[in-house]
Amino acid sequence: MSKTRLIAVFGVLIGVALFAAMALFGINNDPSKLPSALKGKLFPEFSAPTVHDAEKIITRDDMIGRPALVNVWATWCVECKIEHPVFNELARQGVVIHGINYKDDNAEAQRWLEDFLNPYQLNISDPKGRLGFDLGVYGAPETFFIDKHGYIVHRHTGVIDERMWQEKFAAMYQELLDE
Amino acid sequence: MKRLVYVLGLLLACLGTAQASIDTYEFSTQAERERYRTLVEELRCPKCQNQNIADSDAPIAMDMRDEIYSKLEAGQSDEEIIGFLVERYGDFVRYKPPVNSKTVILWYGPAAFLAFGLLMVVIILMRRRRSVVAKQDQSLSSDEQARLSDILKQYK
Repeated sequence: MSKTRLIAVFGVLIGVALFAAMALFGINNDPSKLPSALKGKLFPEFSAPTVHDAEKIITRDDMIGRPALVNVWATWCVECKIEHPVFNELARQGVVIHGINYKDDNAEAQRWLEDFLNPYQLNISDPKGRLGFDLGVYGAPETFFIDKHGYIVHRHTGVIDERMWQEKFAAMYQELLDE
Repeated sequence: MKRLVYVLGLLLACLGTAQASIDTYEFSTQAERERYRTLVEELRCPKCQNQNIADSDAPIAMDMRDEIYSKLEAGQSDEEIIGFLVERYGDFVRYKPPVNSKTVILWYGPAAFLAFGLLMVVIILMRRRRSVVAKQDQSLSSDEQARLSDILKQYK
């Protein structure tokens, strides 16, 4: 085989291999789940009232100090209802979870937290989705993992179920605790 | 027949939702209106992917349009506005992604492959031509020519 032909065959093989790698990546990659642009960055600054008390203002500083999950939820979000018992159980086990009530009505949110229990330590009210926008939220539920310094380590879009927690997120949270 | 009517009804219902959203923003100048149009057409909705935020009815696309409008009115440049959105939603929201180490293969990969292919074709063609020319150059010496005419004579 001539040298040129060898190079040509090699080139084609590299092309095919690249294509296969991309296709494999594509199959395993759900394009509706975007990586967060805020990964590795500090949680955005905010100042918002709580769901229960419009007078009480929460800021980012209230979150800093220990690792936590920050869950973006709403009463209009069907999937949030599926996720809620999982968070209740995690909260019972001592996992720190904060809630951002996203584009929602405070009265309805309060009723939800009474009916389905409240797993959240901080209940941030974000009726206009301002904080959500700064977080790059494009739907609910979304869950952010923050470390004790307030940096965003991971963002998950969609429901977190028990299996996901055991397979992936429990270890992630433990790592943040061990830091 | 009844089923057909249902299907047609469903299709008609889809037509209604496929319309682009129409906003009622008031712009102070025509230039601003055009900049707004370009921006909302070049930015991609993170929720209903493969739609720009001009066409999308998702609440998040509405928020993004609001944000773009108020920033335009506040006198921000296109770069500042795009930067603001990319900071929150990532390069994903740009239909024209920037050239950087992550996207360089997307921008120049196809051209590089095409160039490689063309180069190969040119090299192969040149080689082939050279060997054809080489064959043609193998003209007979005078001795050989004499022998050839002898042989040809025998068969006459």
